[in-house]
Amino acid sequence: MRPTCIIIGASHAAAQLAPSLRQEGWEGDIIVIGDEAYVPYHRPPLSKAYLLGEKSADELLIRPQEIYSKHNIVFRLGTRVSAINRAEKTLTLHDGERLSYDKLAICTGARVRKVALPGSELQGVHYLRNIQDVDAIRQHTGEHKRAVIVGGGYIGLETAAVLKKLGMQVTVLEMAPRVLARVTAPEMSAFFQRVHRAEGVIIRTDAVVSGFAGEDRVTAVLCADGSRLPADLVVIGIGVIPNTELAADAGLAVANGITVDELARTSDPDIVAAGDCTSHPSKLYGRIRLESVPNASEQAKTAAATICGKNKPYDALPWFWSDQYDLKLQMAGLNQGYDQVVIRGDRDHSRSFAAFYLKNGQLIAADCVNRPQEFMLSKRLIASATTVDAAKLADDRLELKSFLTT
Amino acid sequence: MPKITFISADDQQYQVEAANGQTAMDAALDNMVPGIDGDCGGVAACGTCHVYADDQWLAKIGSATPGIEQDMLALTDNATACSRLACQITLGDEHDGLILRMPAAQH
Ligand SMILES: Cc1cc2nc3c(=O)[nH]c(=O)nc-3n(C[C@H](O)[C@H](O)[C@H](O)COP(=O)(O)OP(=O)(O)OC[C@H]3O[C@@H](n4cnc5c(N)ncnc54)[C@H](O)[C@@H]3O)c2cc1C
Ligand code: FES
Repeated sequence: MRPTCIIIGASHAAAQLAPSLRQEGWEGDIIVIGDEAYVPYHRPPLSKAYLLGEKSADELLIRPQEIYSKHNIVFRLGTRVSAINRAEKTLTLHDGERLSYDKLAICTGARVRKVALPGSELQGVHYLRNIQDVDAIRQHTGEHKRAVIVGGGYIGLETAAVLKKLGMQVTVLEMAPRVLARVTAPEMSAFFQRVHRAEGVIIRTDAVVSGFAGEDRVTAVLCADGSRLPADLVVIGIGVIPNTELAADAGLAVANGITVDELARTSDPDIVAAGDCTSHPSKLYGRIRLESVPNASEQAKTAAATICGKNKPYDALPWFWSDQYDLKLQMAGLNQGYDQVVIRGDRDHSRSFAAFYLKNGQLIAADCVNRPQEFMLSKRLIASATTVDAAKLADDRLELKSFLTT
Repeated sequence: MPKITFISADDQQYQVEAANGQTAMDAALDNMVPGIDGDCGGVAACGTCHVYADDQWLAKIGSATPGIEQDMLALTDNATACSRLACQITLGDEHDGLILRMPAAQH
C-alpha cells in the first residue's frame, strides 16, 4: 500500500506544502481537503485588486487545478474535516465519511473574529476573508454610496482605499486612539491617517460601535457615544482567530495557535502544521504566531521536508506588505519591545519614507512606505542582528549600501 | 506558447511551457519549479522571484525596470546587472527558448 498524506485546509500553506512534498520525494498519495469551493488562491488581492474588480477569481488562483492533477495531488473541495482520530489515524469528514492517513498536515489557517452586536446579521454587514465575502461585498458597492469600515487595521485600511477608489463615501471607525495601533508606532499611524484623510476618507478613532440599524438591510452604524452613521455597506475587519479546534480536540498542544517546533512538528510525530494556525519558535522574537503569506509558504516547505524525513528548520524573518492608494508598504521584522523609532525621509509631507524600530541600538523591525531599498536592507540588517547608528539611518542622503559594509 | 527553461544554482533544468501574456513567475509557479517562491503574487513586493538572464536574453527581455523592480534588486543578495524579478517579465512567442537562472536562495 502506498502511504497517504492528507492536508487539511486548501490555501497558501497547502499550495506550497503539496508541491514541496513531491519535490522532497514523497511518492505516496496526497489529498488536500478544503471547505472552500476553490483550489488555493492568493488571499492578499482580495482587499486590493479583486475588490477593485481588476482581477477575476480565476486570476487569483495560485495555479490552475490541472497542474496539481498532473502531479497527482487530489483535492476534495467543499469538504470539511470534523475530527482527527489520532489513535486510528483517520479523519472524519462532515458527512461522516472516514479517510485514513499515514501523515497529516494541518493548514486550517484562521477565520475572522466576529462581533456580537445588535444588527450584525443584517444584509450589507460583511467580513472579508475569502472570495465569497468579497463577491457579497461587491453587491453593495457603487458610486456615492456610503461605506463604513469597522476596524482600522491593514485590511480595514486597504478596503477603505479601494472603496474610495470605487467612488464611495468611506468612514473608518477605530476603537483605539489611532489606526494600526496594534502593529505600528504612533508615527506610522499618524502618516496613514493623514493620507487617508487627504484621499477623502473619514477616520474616527476612539469610536466604539454599539450596533447596526436597518429593517433587513443595514442603513446605519450606531456608536456608543450616541452618534449614528448612515451606511449602505459595512465591512468589519477586527482581526482573526486561528482555527485550532480540530487540533485541540484531538489532544494536540495548542496555545494561541497549534504549537509546532522549528520543523513544523506538532506534539504528534505523524502530524505537522503550517501557516496562520500555528505558533512557532523564532530565534529573534521568541514564540510567535504570524498571519502572512511568506510565513505560510516557508513553514509549509519545512513541514513537507519533515514529512519526508528531512531536516529544514524554519526560522525566516517575518515580513508583510500592504497596498493602499499609491502607497506600497513593506514591513520587515516585528517591532514589539522597541525603544526608539528612527524616521528616514519626509513623513509629514511626502509619501515615501521608512520607520526603523530599534531596541538597544539594534534594528528589530522596519515599516517602509514606497521604499523598497530600505525594506530589503532592513531584512538583512534585522536577520543579522546588526547594531545601527540611528543618526546615519535618519540621513536620507547616505547611500543605503554603506550600511552593509559597516 | 513559449517554452522557457529555469536552471537552479545546482544546474537542475526545468523546462516549462508558458502561456502568452503570462509572467515568468507565474509560469514557474504553475509548473512547480522549485526555487521561485512568488510570495507576493507578482506585485514586486517580496523579491522571491529573483532570476538571472544572460546578456543575449537580457537584450530581448530588457533589464530591470527603473522604479520598484530596480529598487528591490538593488539590495537583494547576489543581484547583478543581469538580475530580474520574474514577475516583471511578461512572456510572449518571442521569448521561446528563454533561459533564466535562479539564485541558490530567495531569502
Ligand atoms: C483580505 C486579506 C488581505 C491580506 N493581505 C495580506 C498581505 O498583503 N500580505 C500577506 O502576507 N498576507 C496577507 N493576508 C494574510 C494571508 O492571506 C494569510 O496569512 C494566509 O492566507 C494564510 O494561509 P493559510 O494557508 O495558513 O490559511 P488560510 O488562508 O486561512 O486558509 C485556511 C483554509 O483552510 C480551510 N479550513 C479550515 N478548517 C477546515 C476544516 N476543518 N476542513 C476543511 N477546510 C478547513 C479554510 O476555510 C481556509 O480555506 C491577507 C488576508 C486577508 C484575508
Ligand atoms: S513575486 Fe514577489 S517580487 Fe516577484
